[in-house]
Amino acid sequence: MIQVFAFYLFATLCIFSGAVTILARNPVHSVLWLILAFFNAAGLMVLVGAEFIAMLLVIVYVGAVAVLFLFVVMMLDIDFAELRAGFIKNFPLGIALAVVLFVELFVGLVVHGAGGVELGVASGMATQAADMSNIQAIGALLYTRYLFLFEAAGIILLVAMIGAIVLTHRERSGTRGQKVSKQNARRPEDATINMQPESGKGVVL
Amino acid sequence: MIGIEHYLVVSSILFVLGVLGIFLNRKNVIIILMAIELILLSVNINFVAFSAFLNDLVGQVFAMFVLTVAAGEAAIGLAILVIYFRGRGTIAVDDVNRMKG
Repeated sequence: MIQVFAFYLFATLCIFSGAVTILARNPVHSVLWLILAFFNAAGLMVLVGAEFIAMLLVIVYVGAVAVLFLFVVMMLDIDFAELRAGFIKNFPLGIALAVVLFVELFVGLVVHGAGGVELGVASGMATQAADMSNIQAIGALLYTRYLFLFEAAGIILLVAMIGAIVLTHRERSGTRGQKVSKQNARRPEDATINMQPESGKGVVL
Repeated sequence: MIGIEHYLVVSSILFVLGVLGIFLNRKNVIIILMAIELILLSVNINFVAFSAFLNDLVGQVFAMFVLTVAAGEAAIGLAILVIYFRGRGTIAVDDVNRMKG
């Protein structure tokens, strides 16, 4: 009973916040509603026992991607009212296409429910053992059968990181950056003098 | 009881919302990127739901890879957005015609 209640709570909030994300007037509000949508989707995933993906969703999306969006929205000085100009004009067409798309997806679901389409069955090669937690089972799968895909995912993230840095990095004129070669070329004997001043005479700088 | 159909309906509604978001905010790239994130989220819900109800963990592993690609896409997309804004002073998608594509 509580599971049904939790499902409907998470599902309703997820869909509602997704709708407000695309309809909100202010992009900052959009990002915040997007965060709520991700939280509720994580709740939906916890309900079916996929805790690892749920926590990953919270950490990666809410902790990294949404904050990145928030930074960009707040950093750029954009007149968002001007960008909403075509909103009303596109509304009927957008709604019509969305309804058609949803009806198609729903018909597919109904056909499957009526037994019209046979789905494949799970191979059973990657079932979660009863005495294993979700994260343990995923780890056992990820570091054995999907090791190369896992490393490829790491390379994708590395390329994305380097790409983002290369794209946004710029040389500013008038700044005094670090000159590594000059620093390395400097020797102690160029920089310091060893002298023995007589007492009371002071030193020449 | 909650079956896989419930999850599929939720994820298809989210998918449609993402597509609708791209249509409605055709000028604002930031909202378009957020709508793409919504679409990828719905795909992830689908993966996880099938994985849980068929008792096969491969779906969750693939949801993780989708998450990786989504994170990379958001980072690169926002970086391109920032340098575009630096050069043009606006992010209106309609004006993106410098390459005459």
